[in-house]
Amino acid sequence: MDVTQLKEGEKAKVIEIIGGCGLIRKLDALGIRPGVEITKISSQVLRGPQTLQIGNTQVAIGFGMAKKIVVEKIK
Amino acid sequence: MKKILLVGNPNVGKSAIFSRLTGVNVICSNYPGTTVEYYKGCIKFGDEKYEVIDVPGTYSLEPTSKAEEVAVEMLNQGADFIINIVDATNLERNLNLTLQLLKRNIPVIIALNFWDETKHRGISIDIKELEKILGVPVVATCGRTGEGIKELVNRLKEAKSKAYDFVEEKKWNEIGKIVSSVQKLSHRHHTFLDRLSEISIRPLTGIPFALLVLYLTFSTVRFIGEGLISLIDPIFNNYYVPFIINIVEKIFPVKFLQDLLLGTTPKVMESFGILTTGLYIPFVVVLPYMFSFYLVLSFLEDIGYLPRLAVLLDVALHRLGVHGYTSIPVLLGFGCKVPGMLATRILETEREKIIATALILMMAPCMPQTAMIISLVGHYGTKYLFLIFSILFLVGIITGFILNKILKGETPELFVEIPPYRIPYIPTLIKKLWIRLKAFLMEAVPLIILGVFIVGVMDVLGITDIIAKFFGQPIVWFLGLPKETVSVLILGFLRKDISIALLSPFHLNIKQLIIASVFMVLYLPCVATFFTLLKELGIKNTLKVIFMMLSVGIFVGIVLNLIL
Repeated sequence: MDVTQLKEGEKAKVIEIIGGCGLIRKLDALGIRPGVEITKISSQVLRGPQTLQIGNTQVAIGFGMAKKIVVEKIK
Repeated sequence: MKKILLVGNPNVGKSAIFSRLTGVNVICSNYPGTTVEYYKGCIKFGDEKYEVIDVPGTYSLEPTSKAEEVAVEMLNQGADFIINIVDATNLERNLNLTLQLLKRNIPVIIALNFWDETKHRGISIDIKELEKILGVPVVATCGRTGEGIKELVNRLKEAKSKAYDFVEEKKWNEIGKIVSSVQKLSHRHHTFLDRLSEISIRPLTGIPFALLVLYLTFSTVRFIGEGLISLIDPIFNNYYVPFIINIVEKIFPVKFLQDLLLGTTPKVMESFGILTTGLYIPFVVVLPYMFSFYLVLSFLEDIGYLPRLAVLLDVALHRLGVHGYTSIPVLLGFGCKVPGMLATRILETEREKIIATALILMMAPCMPQTAMIISLVGHYGTKYLFLIFSILFLVGIITGFILNKILKGETPELFVEIPPYRIPYIPTLIKKLWIRLKAFLMEAVPLIILGVFIVGVMDVLGITDIIAKFFGQPIVWFLGLPKETVSVLILGFLRKDISIALLSPFHLNIKQLIIASVFMVLYLPCVATFFTLLKELGIKNTLKVIFMMLSVGIFVGIVLNLIL
C-alpha cells in the first residue's frame, strides 16, 4: 500500500520510494526514506496533499508524490 | 573583513539569530521560505570586524529552488566561519545538512536553536556529548530571547572544519547513531496547540476553520483601520489643516505657491496641495490600514498558520497551474506587491512564477490601493466593496486558469514543511510591524508627495487639460469615465493610491467608481512593482505580464461598463 491509502492517525513504515533520484533526494532531505516510521496526519479531498509526520517534523506533500511512497501499516 | 555565514534548514530561526547578532532588523516568521535573499550585517568582536550573512534556508546542498540555489552559491563563494543553526526539536533531520557542512573546508560552529521548546516537547539533548561526537562547538540558543547568543560569539574561534568524517551512503546510519546517543525522548501529552494544528489541517474541520480565520482577518483589519482613521481624521482636519493654512499664508504670500502647497479647495481629499492632500493620503487614509493589515498578517505568520492554509488551498490552486504555497506570496501581495513578488522565489519553475505573479497583480490590490478604494467607495455601502473585490478575485482566477492552459509545462506538487504552532513573541512581532511600516513611510510617502506635486504642477500649467483633450475620448467611450480622468490613469504608474485618490474631485457615480477602481488595479503595475518584475522575471516576461495586465484591464473595464 502507499501513503495515500493510510487513514488519519495511522502509523506506517516506509518500504520503498518508487521515483527518480530527484524525488528520492527531496524526500530524503526531510527524513522520508525506507525504514523510517511515519504517521499520517491528514489527507485533503480530491486527491489533495497528504500531511505526514516524521519524528517531530510535519510535511505536506502532493498526492502524486505520496502515491510513490510504499508503506507497510504498523498495527 | 572576515565573513560568517548563517546556514541551516528552512524555518529554524536563522533570521532571528541574525537580528540578535548584528542588530540589523530583518523579517522573521514561522514558515519556511521567509528569507529568499541574503541579508548582510556586521558584528565587532574584540578588535576584529565580521560580516554576517543570513542565508536562505536549505534542506541540503543540492538545491531545488531559487532560494536554495542562493544558499549553495553563498557557500561556494567561501567564508571564514559557518554558524550552522540547528532546530533542536528536529535534530535528526537537521543533522543531515550539518554533516554535509562539516565535510566542507569552512570552520563550523553549531547553534542548537529553539532550545526553550525542547523542554515542553519532552526532548533532552546531551550537548557535551554531541560536541564530542561532531568535534565542533555546540551552543544551545534561543533566537527570540537572545539566550546563548553571547556564548555563540565567544566560542566562534573554536569552530573547526572537516571535523567529522563519514561515508555518504551511510549518512542516515551515522545520523541515527549520533541521535540515539545524545537525545532522549520522554512521552508528552498533546497540547492545545497540537490539537489546534490537527483541527486546522484536516479538511473536515480545516476548511471551516480557514473561513473563520479569513473572516476574522478581514473584519479585524477593517475594524482597526477604520477605528484609527476615525481617531486621526478629526485631528488632521480640525487642528492640522487650519494650522498649516495659517502658516503657509503668512510665509508665502504668492498665490501660485499657496495653490501648490495647500491646493485650491478647502476639502482635504480634493484640494491636492502637497501639505494637505499630500500628507492626508499617506498618514490618514493609508497608514491606519497598513498598520492593521500588517498587524494581523504578522500574527498569522508568527503563529504559523500560513503553510496550513497553503495545504488547504492546494487542490484549488492546482487548477490555476500553481501549488498551494503560492497563497503565501498572494497574501503578502495584499500588503504590497514587492514583497509578494519576492516571495515567489520559493516556487520552483518559471511557469509557476509567471502565474503566481499574474495572480498577485490581478487578485490582490495592495493595501494603499485598498485603503483608497475603501475611502472612496466605502460610504456607498460594503456591498460595493465586496463587489469590487469579487470582480478582482474572479479576474485573477480566470487569468490563472487561462495561463495554466496556455503556458506549457506541469505544475509541480506541493512539498512543504508544516511548522508547529508557536505563540507569537510580541517584541518580534512589533519589530516586524515596524520594519514593514517603515518601508512604507520611507519609500512610499515621498512618492505620494511627489505624485501630488506633479498633479499640482500639471494642473497649474494646463497639461492636464491638454492630455484630457487628446487622449480622453477612449476613456469616455470604453470605460464610461469623464475624459479628465485620463491624467489620473497616467499617474497610476507612479503610485496607485494617489491615482485612486485623484478620482475624488470628479464626484463619480458608483458605477464609474467601481469601473475606475477595478481598472486602476488591473491596468499597469506601479513603478516599484515594475522594477521588481524586471529583476524577478527579466525584460521579456515583464513586458508580457504588462501587456497581459493592460489587455485584461481594458477588457474588464469595457465589460463592466456594458453590464453594470
